[in-house]
Amino acid sequence: MIGAGFWRRLGAILVKEVQQLRRDRLTFAMMFGVPIMQLLLFGYAIDTDPHHLPAAVISADDTTITRTIVSALTSTGYMDFTHRPASEEEANALLQRGEVQFVVTIPSDFTRRLVRGERAQILIDADATDPMAAANPLASAQPAVEQALRRDLTGPLAGHNPKPGGVEIVLQRRYNPEGKARLNIVPGLLAVILTMTMVMMTALAVTRERERGTMENLLAMPVRPIEVMIGKIVPYIAIGSVQVTVILLVSRVLFDVVTQGSIALLGLGTALFITVNLAIGFTISTVTQNQLQAMQASVFILLPSILLSGFMFPFRGMPVWAQWLGEVLPATHFMRLVRGLMLKGADLADVSGNLLALTAILLVVSALAISRYKMTLD
Amino acid sequence: MPLAIDVHDLVKRYGTRTVVDRVSLAIEEGRVCGFLGPNGSGKTTTLRMICGLLTPDGGGGTCLGHDLVRERDAIKRQAGYMTQRFGLYEDLTIRENLEFVGRVYGLDRLKQRVDGSLERLGLATRQKQLAGALSGGWKQRLALAACVLHEPRLLLLDEPTAGVDPKARRAFWDEIHTYAAEGITVLVSTHYMDEAERCHEIAYIAYGALMARGTADEVIKESGLVSFIATGPGADRLAPRLRDAPGVTAAAAFGATLHVSGPERAPLLAAIEPLRADGIEWKEAAPTLEDVFIHLMGQAQDNAPGT
Repeated sequence: MIGAGFWRRLGAILVKEVQQLRRDRLTFAMMFGVPIMQLLLFGYAIDTDPHHLPAAVISADDTTITRTIVSALTSTGYMDFTHRPASEEEANALLQRGEVQFVVTIPSDFTRRLVRGERAQILIDADATDPMAAANPLASAQPAVEQALRRDLTGPLAGHNPKPGGVEIVLQRRYNPEGKARLNIVPGLLAVILTMTMVMMTALAVTRERERGTMENLLAMPVRPIEVMIGKIVPYIAIGSVQVTVILLVSRVLFDVVTQGSIALLGLGTALFITVNLAIGFTISTVTQNQLQAMQASVFILLPSILLSGFMFPFRGMPVWAQWLGEVLPATHFMRLVRGLMLKGADLADVSGNLLALTAILLVVSALAISRYKMTLD
Repeated sequence: MPLAIDVHDLVKRYGTRTVVDRVSLAIEEGRVCGFLGPNGSGKTTTLRMICGLLTPDGGGGTCLGHDLVRERDAIKRQAGYMTQRFGLYEDLTIRENLEFVGRVYGLDRLKQRVDGSLERLGLATRQKQLAGALSGGWKQRLALAACVLHEPRLLLLDEPTAGVDPKARRAFWDEIHTYAAEGITVLVSTHYMDEAERCHEIAYIAYGALMARGTADEVIKESGLVSFIATGPGADRLAPRLRDAPGVTAAAAFGATLHVSGPERAPLLAAIEPLRADGIEWKEAAPTLEDVFIHLMGQAQDNAPGT
């Protein structure tokens, strides 16, 4: 069936395709540049076993033994004791806001009980919204403490060496006691799905006008950039809101993920996040020439939103530079906000930082979009 | 008569390329002015500068009494610009497109106006069809209707009849003249000579520079062109032998006859002299607009820098 004509015609199409591809410089650059950038970025940034997680310690019993325990926990490499809250309330607030991942509480009678050979307890409260980030540190705590005590309690103190099981570490996995991944995934998915659809839809909506030639007609009419931008964005805000409602309902019915905090705050945060994404999409559309480029640029925003935002991998597992990059992504802040509200029952004070961050990103991106959008065809 | 368009020395550059080079144009209100010139001569760019879609790199002027650069919004409100490519939404219906345009201009009595416009177009029964389903000719008439919905005082039409069949073109031009009769000024770019002849006046631009201006007759007369028509057996096949002869700007077959034109009589006669044989008869004729334009194009090319 394959005659000489087949190869000739195939060749003709091939040559034409390569010629066209070569003309579309931006697409070409993105096809090679983006994967390399992402490989470097994510290859170095992602660590599924994060160390040096911030922790708080409340020690009501300051003795050599308790100091040994704290330094044993530090030496696991998993915990950095960055806070020494004075009270339990303060410690809880730190945990709630996500400023620390663990709170270690040593009761006032700890040393006394240990010396008497009674059972002594240490309490570790962990923010287990992301089960992956909490698992290894918690598993390493008990052996590290026992080993340290055996090593340090020598000489006259050797008699106090606790019998196996003498020191009990009580673990409390807060917010996600069963360590269910889906409790963590659902809020994250919300952020990722919104990023994906919202950025792409607006990016395409504006680029389409340019590609189809309707932009010239639109620009010839007395309509201002801000009007076009808001007009283009508002319908998608509505679509995004429906998406969120559907996701929340489905996760409630199928996954038993019940929102703990205020629904109104969740609504506010979501509206803000959707708007930011739409503004990003609009900005993309002012830079790209055609829908294909707009699509690629959207993926360029989407991937870090999945990988660097704390959705797929623990945020604190990333090197500092990658964390800063993550901080710039709206998905990061929205995910924290949603996890706080859905799992931790956070209130306005807890999430105000996230709301502020989203607002700041929105302002910057909108300014960029408006400055890039031209009233003329120049 | 007051001037609807009064621009002078318009310049537009893209990088080092000067697309429009000091074009001045004055059009009285209520006139239909044909804007002619070869492809890529700067017609579209000039139109875009006049309607505020592009910022001129030099020169300026007024459009409907408003400054070209500073009062863009006012111009946009009072002018209608029809893009070369169909600029309405193919995925909206005919009616929805008109309503959209009406809303952007903030028109009152929107329903009434749209109804009237559909009636005038003869599209009232098809108003629920998608604009994308219309044929080329109808698309252009719809685009024109959208352009005049806000009752502009000036229409800028960029090759509105390209690729449209003669009947639809005629209908389109009838509409242009109806609007002109209502006092609307029209600047319309075209490649069709019959359309140029339907204009009150024409402006010819080539390689960014304005080459001729006036009524069709004036442009022909001012060109000083001399034309001859050859008839007889095989006359139409003589074109290749004349085309490059000195003194000949154009030699083209029209059916069985041959049109030859040149700027001066003597060299032209000398060129056709060797071909006065075998029953071929040469007659002097009035040059056509097309002859003039091809002549002007050649002139412009000679003057254009770097070509």
